[in-house]
Amino acid sequence: MRQLGSFPGGLVLDGQKSRSTQQPIRSAPLSKVLTLPLQQHIGAAAVPIVKVGDKVLKGQQIAKAEGHVSVCLHAPSSGHITAIDERPIPHPSGLSALCITIQTDGKEQWTELTPIEDYKNSSDHELRQLIRDAGIVGLGGAGFPSFIKLNPSVHHHVDTLILNGVECEPYISCDDMLMRERAQGILDGIAIMRQATKANQCIIAIEDNKPIAINAMQTALSTHPENGKIDIIVVPTRYPAGSEKQLIEVITNKQVPNGGLPIDIGTVMHNVGTAYAIARAINYGEPLISRIVTITGNEVKNAGNLEVLFGTPIKDCLIFCETQWQITDPIIQGGPMMGYPLPNADLPITKTANCILVGVEQAAPAEQAMPCIRCGDCATACPVSLLPQQLYWHAKAKNLDKAVDYNLFDCIECGCCNYVCPSEIPLVQYFKFAKTETMNQQQERQKSDAARVRHDNRQTRQEMEKQEKALRQQQRKAALAASQAAKQAEEDKT
Amino acid sequence: MALFKLTPPYLSGTNRVTDHMVQLLLALLPAIIALTIFFGPGVLINIVLAVVLALVTEAVMLKCRHRPLKPFLTDGSAIVTAVLLAIALPPLSPWWLTAVGIIFAIVFAKHLYGGLGYNPFNPAMVAYVLLLISFPVEMTRWLPVAELNNIDITFTTAVQIIFTEQSPYQLAVDAISGATPLDVMKTQTGLQQTPDIIQQNSAFGLLAGQGWQWVNIWVAIGGLFLLYRKVINWHIPTAMLAGLATISLVTWLISPATTASPLFHLFSGGTMLGAFFIATDPVTAATTLKGRLIYGAGIGLLTYIIRVWGGYPDGIAFAVLLMNMLVPLIDDVTQPRVYGAKR
Repeated sequence: MRQLGSFPGGLVLDGQKSRSTQQPIRSAPLSKVLTLPLQQHIGAAAVPIVKVGDKVLKGQQIAKAEGHVSVCLHAPSSGHITAIDERPIPHPSGLSALCITIQTDGKEQWTELTPIEDYKNSSDHELRQLIRDAGIVGLGGAGFPSFIKLNPSVHHHVDTLILNGVECEPYISCDDMLMRERAQGILDGIAIMRQATKANQCIIAIEDNKPIAINAMQTALSTHPENGKIDIIVVPTRYPAGSEKQLIEVITNKQVPNGGLPIDIGTVMHNVGTAYAIARAINYGEPLISRIVTITGNEVKNAGNLEVLFGTPIKDCLIFCETQWQITDPIIQGGPMMGYPLPNADLPITKTANCILVGVEQAAPAEQAMPCIRCGDCATACPVSLLPQQLYWHAKAKNLDKAVDYNLFDCIECGCCNYVCPSEIPLVQYFKFAKTETMNQQQERQKSDAARVRHDNRQTRQEMEKQEKALRQQQRKAALAASQAAKQAEEDKT
Repeated sequence: MALFKLTPPYLSGTNRVTDHMVQLLLALLPAIIALTIFFGPGVLINIVLAVVLALVTEAVMLKCRHRPLKPFLTDGSAIVTAVLLAIALPPLSPWWLTAVGIIFAIVFAKHLYGGLGYNPFNPAMVAYVLLLISFPVEMTRWLPVAELNNIDITFTTAVQIIFTEQSPYQLAVDAISGATPLDVMKTQTGLQQTPDIIQQNSAFGLLAGQGWQWVNIWVAIGGLFLLYRKVINWHIPTAMLAGLATISLVTWLISPATTASPLFHLFSGGTMLGAFFIATDPVTAATTLKGRLIYGAGIGLLTYIIRVWGGYPDGIAFAVLLMNMLVPLIDDVTQPRVYGAKR
């Protein structure tokens, strides 16, 4: 039996998962209009390859990857392009960005798909290219292009490939349901990932509050060709066990070095949903055009998991799940611990939307935060061993250098400190602010440094020009004097 | 004002500052009962007086500082300060002694530093030390344990003594008060008596002083409740008791003829109150886990040094204040290693 590690701090939370696991995954109804932001991943936005008025088929590529860190985008349903313009996107900032809008025709007519007959004959490079072309990003919520994390770098060897089925945030159950219903597909995807990464060992980590999913995965594995090559490890339910670095510590007993990447200690982590998407892309040729989204919360009567086409308005999903929400209810994308409120329900579902949560306990801001009584509960709860209390003092005093000294940038914003604080201080808000402010200051400093260098250069240049001018003047004077002297001498001669 | 929170988390724990204080007060009940049994009802009067005064003073200070009254009056912190000071004072001390202490604690030790959460020194201990230095006579007027005392102190006598400083028996208050076991130990060892012989005195029991040993045990029971409820964590009390036990054991082994046993020190005076209720005050204690061990051990060591070699029979208050001063330094040098940092 493998000796599991553990991370410091963390919380045992009320999962609230059974709200959304009562019924199987349902398909969300096809919406009339799909709005597809060109950037649904970390990296550079995709570039449109269609124009307004074009007819598109389901699964047809509509935007191509730009640069290395980027992926392609596909039409989730058939119809025609009605606009390519700036629209509000589901992002914490509430900003607008370039989107492609499709008017669906309801025919759901697929484009021609090109499945790979036997991926075992493909090179790892080919597999990565296919995964990139299929628009696959990490479906755990961050949306990092998956093909990059399948690239065994020249300097590092992948020892352990970890599949994250932990899903530690309360309320969210999309990975749980996926593992229950599509275990076979997940394992197919893992097989492809193993080939691409050439990992020595492969582990699927699942929290012990998902017995049905664990059972489904074990059953599927027992008859799968990958049996014996993959281990399913049950980890204790403790938030934030599903956070990448924390899970790596639980599984490998090692910590990712400060400022480093998991690959530095030979580990690579992918979400189970990503594995499923990869299986669909390689074995069936289907690009990533939909995902499982948990629609849940106290205001959702018919909560559950929906398979939603990207670009579907969140409102359509909420109505489908019989949600009644007030203006005072935030519509939260993500879980209750790390999710963010959306400005409205008209925004589209994107590749990173794992959960839409309406109706939470603590929707209203605290009436009055009490002063910090230095109880230290925050430090005990912190999974990164920070001192949130000291960070808070320095962030509040805008003593940003000091906050950085106290490892501000190691904060993963998991919200544990905020959760336990008896004074209800919005600690995460302070830390987010301090981070942005520090980055702004660094930018300002770089700008002013550049300006100073420019100014110095200009001064030296002017000084040199002055000197040159003076020199030229002198030379001219000397020449004039010489010529005059010569003239004089000639006159004298004559 | 936003309609809803703009930043996560949207869940929160149930523990609040007020819960913290309420549990502290609950945990003090055994101590209060024990003090009443052994030293008469005076302590109850002191507590009521102190709590009322503390709330009034707190309200006045909040008004002066333009702070909202409700959240800060109901947080319970002023009440905790009041009860801690009241049970540390001699049970029949005059009303003005309590009043001076409470006003000083709330006005100077708490609000002039910025109120709840901002005071570097434990307010109850600041007040206690002020009173000890300014009114040494009143502060050492402890009663002998009730069963040893031939005068039965009823509730009305206690009220009369506290508010008029007149004993109904036409006796000077001094005549019914007596030295605490720690006092006796200090003066007698000063007179070259060995602790064995001193402890044969009727004021001493099996572990430490009559009554006092029980008060300490009851306080410790309250303390264990706090540990069980996770209101405090084990680091500070354990480190403090271990610090005190270690140094007293070492000196006792070296020189049993001149120093009292570790047991005597653990169950005398304010040891348990200090360990579980005073040193654990989160506002003024060290905050890192390692720091708390250092902080607690420091209080234990200093308490012993003051008791044995200092000018006062008990040293908890001074030890706590001295360690309070070191907290910023302790916190700074005991920062935990962050995830992924080099070991």
